[in-house]
Amino acid sequence: MNIIFDNLDLWGLALWNTLVLFIGGAVIAVFLGTVLGVMRVSSVPAARAIGTAYVNLVRNTPLTLVFFIFVFGYPSLGLPRLDYTALAITAIGLYAATYVTEVLRSGFNTIPVGQAEAARALGMTFGQVMGHVVLPQAFRSVVPPLISALIAILKMTTIAAGFSVLELGAVRANLSERGENALGVLLWVALVFVLLVAIMSLAQRSLEKKWKIIR
Amino acid sequence: MVSLKGVNKHFGPLHVLKDVDLEVDEGQVVVLIGPSGSGKSTLCRTVNRLEAVSSGTIRVDGQVLPQEGRELAALRAQVGMVFQSFNLFSHMTVLENVTLGPTRLKRISKAEAENQALTLLERVGVGQQAHKLPAQLSGGQQQRVAIARALAMDPKVMLFDEPTSALDPEMINEVLEVMIELAKEGMTMIVVTHEMGFARKAADRVVFMADGEIIEDQTPQGFFTNPTSERARDFLSKLITH
Repeated sequence: MNIIFDNLDLWGLALWNTLVLFIGGAVIAVFLGTVLGVMRVSSVPAARAIGTAYVNLVRNTPLTLVFFIFVFGYPSLGLPRLDYTALAITAIGLYAATYVTEVLRSGFNTIPVGQAEAARALGMTFGQVMGHVVLPQAFRSVVPPLISALIAILKMTTIAAGFSVLELGAVRANLSERGENALGVLLWVALVFVLLVAIMSLAQRSLEKKWKIIR
Repeated sequence: MVSLKGVNKHFGPLHVLKDVDLEVDEGQVVVLIGPSGSGKSTLCRTVNRLEAVSSGTIRVDGQVLPQEGRELAALRAQVGMVFQSFNLFSHMTVLENVTLGPTRLKRISKAEAENQALTLLERVGVGQQAHKLPAQLSGGQQQRVAIARALAMDPKVMLFDEPTSALDPEMINEVLEVMIELAKEGMTMIVVTHEMGFARKAADRVVFMADGEIIEDQTPQGFFTNPTSERARDFLSKLITH
């Protein structure tokens, strides 16, 4: 317990940064992942090709490499300067989007083609068919794998420790300097993650209940 | 109201519609019948361009069907369609299924759309089910909701693609009755069906198709008592023996 209470400042900051990385990354991932998922089922060949290429390229690259490219490559482009946290959020978001895309795509497959046809026959454009009929049902049917992807995003945040962002993954190194027992710190870090994931699992259960589709 | 001229449709090497011409006047009820694979469903689906044709022109109310996009969507809003598998939106209640089009596409207020929807649902006999989900309804009820959903857009033409083929026998009549009512009220209808009773009772014309071609086009009376083609005679004889 002393490991926590003697270093509350550090734990608080680390937890805060982890949450910032997670929420920022998740928002980008879900938004971009949805856009890419829709592109992959659109009738425009170019959109489909870009969606597929993005997923294959980015998903097949280790996240650490994506971080390297962002944190060291981005500043050399001469674009407006971003701090490490912002760069880390972007790297996580762009990377995790590929997982959201694939999860969503399996959700699209659960919707009978006839429903999209019925929506088109009513006079909806592609965007309206997606927005009113396909996406709401796709998201409902992929709650468990989508939450898994979000949990993975939460853990991806620890990689930012290697890139000068003080989050939970960086706590051990910092506390070792203050003379704390490394293994003890790591166990506490693990406990915090378990708690965070437990909260998400609860959210998953209530969403599954609320969004149950009777077919 | 609906006019097809020289319509051809290929699915790969398959030539499913061969130079089809068809004129449907306002208020007419045209029943398309024929053996399976004859192209009747495909023909029905070309009218709102759910199937794009390979060649030929299709006009709805004088307007040539546009390419995929906003204009086509606007035209589809004027053509109601009822499918074999109902295709209700399963995440929405019956009422939401019917109000979605009017509120989102015609910008009618929610209250007004709900009033109109309840009237329509009452008319097709499922007013009591308005707040249930589609899966909680029987097939016959779902299909009547689908008819109400199409009618809510106030269409100029209604297309029915085998509307009773997926239904249990005891539910077929409740759907046909709604369709007969609709025909009596003067709706322009193109109906693909195997229900000869409906053709006799409600159709102005029976169009018989085989192998992607229109073989016969005449009154129900004439078609059922005195078919002119060998194919039609053959088709009818097979129906009657069972």
